[in-house]
Amino acid sequence: MSLSRITRSTVFCAAILTLGVSGYACAPSGKGASTTNLVAGDAASRVYVAPGSYDEYYSFLSGGFSGQVTVYGLPSGRLFKQIPVFSQFPQTGYGYSEETKAMLATTFGQVPWDDSHHTELSLTDGVPDGRWLFINANNTPRIARIDLKRFETVEILQIPNAAGGHASPFATPDTKYVVSATRFSVPIPQADVPIASYKQNFKGTLTFVTANQPGKMDVAFQIMMPGYDYDLGHAGKGPSDGWFFFTTYNSEQANTKLEVNASQADKDYIAAVNYRKAEQCIADGKAKKFGGSYVHNVVDPKTGVASSETKTGVTMLYPADCDGLVYYLPTPKSPHGVDIDPSGEYIVAGGKLATVIPVHSFTKMLKAIADKQFEKTIDGIPVLKYEAVIAGEVQKPGLGPLHTEFDGRGNAYTSMFISSEVVKWKLGTWEVLDRIPVYYSVGHIMIPGGDSRKPYGKYLLALDKITKDRYLPTGPEGSRSAQLIDISGDKMKMLLDFPTMGEPHYAQAVPASMLQPTSVKFEKLSENGNPFVTMAESDGGITRHGKRVDVKMIAIRSHFAPDILEGIQVGDTVYFHVTNIEQDWNIAHGFAVFGANNSGLTLPPGETRTLKWIPQAPAVYPFYCTDFCSALHQEMQGYVRVSPAGSNVALMANTSHTAQTAALGAEVKLNGAKHVVSATGLR
Amino acid sequence: MATQLLAACPMHRTHRVTMSVAPRLLTAIASLSLIGLFFLPLWRVQLVAPQYPEGLGMRIGISSVRGATPNDLDNINGLNHYIGMQRISADAIPELRIMPWIVVLLIAGGLAAAVVGRRRVLYAWCLGFFTFGAAGLADFWRWEYDYGHNLDFEHAIIKIPGMNYQPPLIGVKQLLNFTAVSWPDIGGWIAFVALALALAAVVIVMRSHGQGRCPLHGAHHA
Repeated sequence: MSLSRITRSTVFCAAILTLGVSGYACAPSGKGASTTNLVAGDAASRVYVAPGSYDEYYSFLSGGFSGQVTVYGLPSGRLFKQIPVFSQFPQTGYGYSEETKAMLATTFGQVPWDDSHHTELSLTDGVPDGRWLFINANNTPRIARIDLKRFETVEILQIPNAAGGHASPFATPDTKYVVSATRFSVPIPQADVPIASYKQNFKGTLTFVTANQPGKMDVAFQIMMPGYDYDLGHAGKGPSDGWFFFTTYNSEQANTKLEVNASQADKDYIAAVNYRKAEQCIADGKAKKFGGSYVHNVVDPKTGVASSETKTGVTMLYPADCDGLVYYLPTPKSPHGVDIDPSGEYIVAGGKLATVIPVHSFTKMLKAIADKQFEKTIDGIPVLKYEAVIAGEVQKPGLGPLHTEFDGRGNAYTSMFISSEVVKWKLGTWEVLDRIPVYYSVGHIMIPGGDSRKPYGKYLLALDKITKDRYLPTGPEGSRSAQLIDISGDKMKMLLDFPTMGEPHYAQAVPASMLQPTSVKFEKLSENGNPFVTMAESDGGITRHGKRVDVKMIAIRSHFAPDILEGIQVGDTVYFHVTNIEQDWNIAHGFAVFGANNSGLTLPPGETRTLKWIPQAPAVYPFYCTDFCSALHQEMQGYVRVSPAGSNVALMANTSHTAQTAALGAEVKLNGAKHVVSATGLR
Repeated sequence: MATQLLAACPMHRTHRVTMSVAPRLLTAIASLSLIGLFFLPLWRVQLVAPQYPEGLGMRIGISSVRGATPNDLDNINGLNHYIGMQRISADAIPELRIMPWIVVLLIAGGLAAAVVGRRRVLYAWCLGFFTFGAAGLADFWRWEYDYGHNLDFEHAIIKIPGMNYQPPLIGVKQLLNFTAVSWPDIGGWIAFVALALALAAVVIVMRSHGQGRCPLHGAHHA
């Protein structure tokens, strides 16, 4: 243990030296680590959730380069679900099935992957309300809405005139807007220009997206900003309600080797945006019409089918045309996170290269604006004087401050990437109260409700970037680690260490009681509006329209109906519309076809999913249930016969094993009811 | 028992033609409480299995067989296809179309007995009520027997020689992986209480009528 600690200290010192932060001792991390490394004595009982018992919190972790969201229980750290959002997910058929393909449509065509960064719960009065979870895609900027009754992605909006949608999808206290800001400035509108012309041609945008109505996300307006990198954001609350704060770095406007060239200035900025002023300026006709195409993908709640719409044009605001829209708050140094305390007064910056944690005062900011305490003006944006807005600085907090969350008791917790620790400090006095090492190099931290007006200040989850020796090794590629820390007392206590999926950037959590009672158990078949739904066993069948063949099929324990299909020819495109007609909690089926160049389908109870299949050669192809559904699951299978093009094999589908052997007009008893065999099935 | 009651309190002992207020009130309350049978189930059958911790339930009323939740009955029928049980459906049970009318008659008869206040009307009504209840339970048992024994062995997936799937009338029984618990529901309890009130009215009438010498009072308690 001591050896690894020495090694780590060495690594940190090396990191510090590499970063050129001179005159800073390694002492804080070393000292803190040696005193708080021990796991709390009662940790096991604190995180033990007995079999059959439930966790206290649902937590939603972004998946980073997985493009998805994972749902974990806290304090147990048990993984409940991976919700596919921006990446295809063959496990369920998301992005493969005909119903879900459209979710991944963009102006670039079908984008099968993205880098999902920040989860954000919908808010009412500045407090998570459990309606929706939003998450952003960084690579091809998009914002998704996840419905928290079904834990499924129901809407995705592409962000036009942007690149690198990183400062996203943070919400206003009433969820009127969620935002997205360009991490990578680019020519706006896009153009073929020399990259060296960055300072002349590259711009950033801040995008406000209307979010309060499901299925109706849209770009409300964009603000054209100087060509910096806009990194993170958070809305004001309470007194600062109506303002939005974004961090920037690369105010140097470097276009190459940013590592060095964007780390020159002592201070970059926090952009304070008065979005009510933006609304006013738009109403006053001060905005301009601007181009830009973007795609909006929505799942129709009635049919369960996603569709895409391409939209063109946005409302663009220029700070120079709208007095009082944006102010820059100088902030050391290359700030990353910007976090607003529960009272709405303090604006905490994670100056990742700063030796202090700078905290601005909203009250002072308003006064500085009123007193015109401006240093200079950049593209119509007044830069306020640092001394006029700063409330205090947390001295010697550690190295590499990134993100801050709050416990609602006047304390703040900041993640320290370089010194690999979480530091607890006091709002107002700015004194460091406690520190605890985390393993290793923590990025975001999350306290349930810790960025809202009412934090549940019991646990803190540290989301780490480097795992190394924490778990049994699994080759060069391992998982990212997370640590659960008890923050209910004066001293932070380490409770649990668990691996995560992808790379969680941010996370959100709510008490289980907020979502557990409303979680949907199954879709009501009677409300299934899919155009190819099959409501009953006898309604299944096969139809041909030229080269297109539609198979309507039901799945129920333990069979498909129909389960014999003939008359399909090479050159046909076959759509299997499979409806799981079970109306029972958690009774899912699956569907897969031998040799299909596609994923399988999972079929939650009451839902219809469609698999597209283009058979390549004459043969008999089995299909089967891929989700062990019942005692006779292994019997849940069927066959499709594919004949050569032009074959005279008649198109046929049986609707049950009984129908197959019965003559036309025969009476069949099925499930106690009598049916008559007809040419199309049982009547 | 009701016939004994009547036999033990023969008419020639009658001294007073109309009943006192108490038995008439009891009779009226008993009759009116039967209105609840139109809204509340008589009997409940609950099925619990390892993979059904939340249970599946049936609620049997005077005119209906329903699931405890909207899909329970379909899910029970779905599972029953493995053992070849007939589909449980209210449409297949003609008694459920007759029972509401019998209850209407019982309510009307009871109210008539209370209004008219004649002993013989009360006795006749009480006898009718008791007979209806006993016949109803017997009929319920007969249907349970039919569903549990009359299986489609030709198409049944699970066939266990000697096994039947008749749920208990009252009590607990293991049916493969399911534990079946059968018990009166609120409507059933209302009917029992109404019957008890009716019998109490009869006892009061007999005691006052026979000056406490009616042997039936003792028989009732035996």
